[in-house]
Amino acid sequence: MPSTATVYRWELRKLVSQKRTYLGLAFAIAMPLLFVLALTLRRHGAGPDVAFGRYVRQSGLAIPLVLLVFGSFWLFPLITALVAGDIVAAEDHNGTLKTILTRSVGRGRVFAAKALATFTYAGLALVVMGLVAVAAGGLKSGLHPLTTLSGTRVSVGRAFVLMGASALVYMLPLLAIASIGLLLSTVTRNSAGAVVGTLLFSLLLQLVTILPGLGGLRPYLLPEQFNAWQGFLRVPTDWAPIGHAAWVCAIYAVVCVSAAFLVFLRRDVAGD
Amino acid sequence: MRVPPQDLDAPLCARGLVKRYGDVVAVDGVDLTVAPGDVYGFLGPNGAGKTTALRILLGLVRPHAGSVALFGRDPLLHGVQALESVAGFVEAPSFYPYLSGRKNLELVAALDGGQAAGRIDDALETVELSDRARDKVGGYSHGMRQRLGIAGALLRAPRLMLLDEPATGLDPAGMRDMRGLIRNLADSGMTVVLSSHLLVEVEELCNRVGIIRRGKMVFEGTLTDLRASAAGAWQLRTTDDDVALRVCRSAPGIEEARATASGISFRAPEAAVADLSIALVQAGIGLTALTPHAATLEDLFFRLTEDDGRAPIPASDAVEEAA
Repeated sequence: MPSTATVYRWELRKLVSQKRTYLGLAFAIAMPLLFVLALTLRRHGAGPDVAFGRYVRQSGLAIPLVLLVFGSFWLFPLITALVAGDIVAAEDHNGTLKTILTRSVGRGRVFAAKALATFTYAGLALVVMGLVAVAAGGLKSGLHPLTTLSGTRVSVGRAFVLMGASALVYMLPLLAIASIGLLLSTVTRNSAGAVVGTLLFSLLLQLVTILPGLGGLRPYLLPEQFNAWQGFLRVPTDWAPIGHAAWVCAIYAVVCVSAAFLVFLRRDVAGD
Repeated sequence: MRVPPQDLDAPLCARGLVKRYGDVVAVDGVDLTVAPGDVYGFLGPNGAGKTTALRILLGLVRPHAGSVALFGRDPLLHGVQALESVAGFVEAPSFYPYLSGRKNLELVAALDGGQAAGRIDDALETVELSDRARDKVGGYSHGMRQRLGIAGALLRAPRLMLLDEPATGLDPAGMRDMRGLIRNLADSGMTVVLSSHLLVEVEELCNRVGIIRRGKMVFEGTLTDLRASAAGAWQLRTTDDDVALRVCRSAPGIEEARATASGISFRAPEAAVADLSIALVQAGIGLTALTPHAATLEDLFFRLTEDDGRAPIPASDAVEEAA
């Protein structure tokens, strides 16, 4: 029986061969480029009114951090959903589930490989965005020491370490969204429905977050977790939001992935 | 309730398979037995439950009742291990349209464990797809996908091959090639189960048939058995067919009597036929012909699968006229 790693490699190869994969990555590349272009065209004035928005002309390293904030509204949920919502449903659409499930690899491994490929893609999109943002930001504003949220300054080297750590924490809610997409993809068997459904769910959580009456839910919804990385950019490091994001996102991910796994294991492969 | 299959080493042994979709019972207590070396024709009209039954056999669909043994192993209990010596496809074989034919085969070979990677070129050669192997499957014709499906199945070096309507939708030359390919597989000693709604196909290729109608098996046996079950059909021509038909209907042992374009047809054992001839003469009717009528397999197939399940055998010349 082939290993999960073999199946995972083929899942990645399938992603590499599909256009939608590049659509998401193109978004991830376009966002920092557009941001820096906008900054260049508007020569003066402050940056956007979000965390690190004030420092975008001071150090190029502030630019990827600003984009993390902007990206959490819909860009990263969309990029993640684009692949997560498709990864099982596309097999239904192409009728290929029956092709792969009548070989020598169990359903559990196929699902694990698909989940890993989905998570890999979300991570890759984040890394691509970050690298392009650092490069474009560096060209625009220079790679200068970064002002933290506590007002202290950190060296360029230290800033890169903090950004790496931030990206890892940013991955937590991203994986939660990927898990929701995976569940919808498995259950709906419809790619468009699962992609749009995942994005709408993410937007709905944002709406709930800003509704005054439902403020009590806020700490347990995903939008809040997209800000947890900012704990690394305080002095001293504020671990509270990071720890909180870890368990909140883990609940979303574990519930959704387990449900999707059970459905995938037991479901009939009927229709075409 | 699970009935354990008796013949544990048979390539395929299914007992009491049931699958419901809402109120519709797609497969209703199906038993199938396939012996080593059989070319088994799984025959039935479209919508009779063939594909659903094949999906159950391949472990793609969970039956509500019944059990399957493929060389003694149940896909429900043993998962893909039960498919170890088994390959095939249900409905049209499906591949990734954005990958080439060859890449698709590399993918399925990898999912088999990788041992077959070196046989991909041979498999492509066998199904005559070598020159199109680098093109994306999205541009393949139905017939090419069908052949790629066979190539994919061959990579598993199966002892049992399950094929769902492999020749359907192909042009006449494609059908001929597909049947030739299946005959070659059978000649090489492979056990083949082949679903079809075309009797001629099954007659040409298979030694055993199972006939399914509305989810139920109505016949399973050799083609010879099937032909034998056609015995007892008779053709009658008289001087007055209207009166003769009434006599037939009231005579003991005469069944399914009906008027045809060329007289009367009915089913009866020989003794009853002898009594009938006397009754007809006593009624003042002259017999111009009374002949046993060997029904074609086609007649039998229609008789077994038509809506009420006991439609009379059409007279052979009536069939010829229709054809």
